Amino acid sequence: MLNDETKQILEAARPRGWVLEPDAKRLLAAAGLNVPRFIRTGDPEEAGRFAGEVGYPVVAKVVSPEILHKSDAGGVKTGIRDAPRLREAMDRFASLDGYEGTLVEETVQGLELIAGAKVDEQFGPVILLGIGGTSVEIYQDTVIRMAPLEPRDVASMVSGLRAHELLEGYRGADPVDMDALTETLVAFSSLVTAMADRIESVDLNPLICPPDRCVVADARILLASGD
Amino acid sequence: MDLRTLFSPQTMAVVGVSTSNALHPANVIYRKNHLRYPVRTFAVNPKGGMLQGDPVYTRVSEIPEPVDLALIAVRADHVSEVLSDCIEHGVKGAAVISGGFAETGRADLQDQLVSMAREADFPLIGPNCLGFYAPGAVDTFFLPSERMVQPDPGNVSLVSQSGGILVDQMVKFAGEGMGLSLAVSIGNKAVVRELDLLRYLAGDPRTDVIAFYVEGFGRNEGREFVLAACDCPKPVIVLKAGKSPGGSRAVTSHTASMAGDYRVFSSVLAQHGVVEAKNEFELVAFCEALSYYPRSIEGRVGIITGSGGHGAIAVDTCSSHDLSVPALDDGLQEKIRGRLSTSVQGIASLGNPLDLTGSAVDDDFYAAVESLSQSEKVDCILLLLLPYLPGITSDLGARLSQITHHTGKPLVAYVPHVDKYRMLIEGFELNHVPVSPSIEGAVHRVEAMKRSRPC
Repeated sequence: MLNDETKQILEAARPRGWVLEPDAKRLLAAAGLNVPRFIRTGDPEEAGRFAGEVGYPVVAKVVSPEILHKSDAGGVKTGIRDAPRLREAMDRFASLDGYEGTLVEETVQGLELIAGAKVDEQFGPVILLGIGGTSVEIYQDTVIRMAPLEPRDVASMVSGLRAHELLEGYRGADPVDMDALTETLVAFSSLVTAMADRIESVDLNPLICPPDRCVVADARILLASGD
Repeated sequence: MDLRTLFSPQTMAVVGVSTSNALHPANVIYRKNHLRYPVRTFAVNPKGGMLQGDPVYTRVSEIPEPVDLALIAVRADHVSEVLSDCIEHGVKGAAVISGGFAETGRADLQDQLVSMAREADFPLIGPNCLGFYAPGAVDTFFLPSERMVQPDPGNVSLVSQSGGILVDQMVKFAGEGMGLSLAVSIGNKAVVRELDLLRYLAGDPRTDVIAFYVEGFGRNEGREFVLAACDCPKPVIVLKAGKSPGGSRAVTSHTASMAGDYRVFSSVLAQHGVVEAKNEFELVAFCEALSYYPRSIEGRVGIITGSGGHGAIAVDTCSSHDLSVPALDDGLQEKIRGRLSTSVQGIASLGNPLDLTGSAVDDDFYAAVESLSQSEKVDCILLLLLPYLPGITSDLGARLSQITHHTGKPLVAYVPHVDKYRMLIEGFELNHVPVSPSIEGAVHRVEAMKRSRPC
């Protein structure tokens, strides 16, 4: 069952066909997924105060109903080290099409995965897990399972990745927290199952997994075209 | 929906026979069942008359006995009238051979049949199909008896959207000496779909393996199918046509781009323990292996050969099919060596592959197969048998098969298929040990056991 906030967010996004990132993050947080601490603001002072609280470096992203692919439009700046650079990024975003503010987020570092969902014509909602980031379609290292997922499915998904060793602690790196990843994917699969008749596909990319948790650093929810 | 009577009918009406054209599909069907099958067959045509001394009934309801199966081969726009008569007359089910429905843009005619059949809970196969073939019971294919290849009764059921593919697979089954319990062509699958047949065949005592040729599922139909396959205690095999990505739909998410229709199909089938055959050769190989060995293995293969080259090719083929060929420990090797004849003891290599060399005799193969059958190290034995080796006799296949019967460890054989080796090959076939004419085919048979697993 979807809660009221989720229904409202999806309803409000219908004319556009996709959910703005700050709204997508609220929706995912309400479903029990971790998202970075963030604010949405147009005011550099407020942005600076927030960045001071969570600690630099921070990430800034444009909020615009006209920009679905933010990186391609120059609407993402990572590794912002201080207030002047934050203000500079916000000023630049203000000139982009459809500007409606800036999303400022804490920086999360760890292995970048992708968790995705698609509502398939023949099989209904399916979940994808893979090596994420901007090169995701170059590597194409992904596995797919029909939703809903059981916890045991997540372990078998991970072992089905060509690069599964990256998740298991390759060359002295910390392994991904499998409990956290399992919780994240199971919660994601329940959410996707509950909203299967309203969505077309979802990208949580990257889903960043530091050693102790998994955090949805970016989310794109595309809605089903109306009947 | 009760399919049991439909598939083992005592009586059949063939609707649409011609009194003037002996080559009409309905006449071919009528004649072969009337003359060659136990099913009591009645001809129907609105004009009535006689056909080779037997009456032609003007409608199904005129037939003086209860009718189990109606075979309908009249023009598309007359089918609903015939169907209505069948339902009223208490016929148990129908196969509609006629085309001219959804496949030619007449979805309206098809929808009419669907609503009539659904309302009456009446099983209808087709339209636009060949119907079905149940060995020794009934054959609704409009293919002349003398030109049709009919596999013997067996324990594999085949279900196909395409009639042509189905007939072709039957030819291949017969060629491999494999039997069928039922072959169904579902055509436009307007009422009876893959899912209905999966549920029916899961409970059919004559069927141990269920194989499908699928072109596509409707909305959410694939989901229902894999969930039913999960509940089915028998191996389920699927060959999918149409694997290339569909048209150029605009894709705006990474997930939608990477999770194409076929990729999802293949992944979800594997997730639910359904064995996907990539092509028709795999389909036949998988059906044969699983019809004899329905239990799942991990895929640790022991290879026994009389030639080093065959062993090396088999190792490569296993590795490309994700099967392992574990090395045997010294203790086991020595135990096997001790049982070999003195002429090969010094020259055989037993690390896995076990190369018994061209000097090996029947007893050496027997000792190697028996030893590996008792070892936990391997869970399947791949035997590469070269019938031209001087020390091998024609009874070896049958002898080795006995070991599998005693130990239960699956044995798969490769023997070059040439007529002069027929007796050796039959020794395996008669004892239900899969035997392939190629090393690749033999490895496919092993792979099937690994890929088929409980949900």
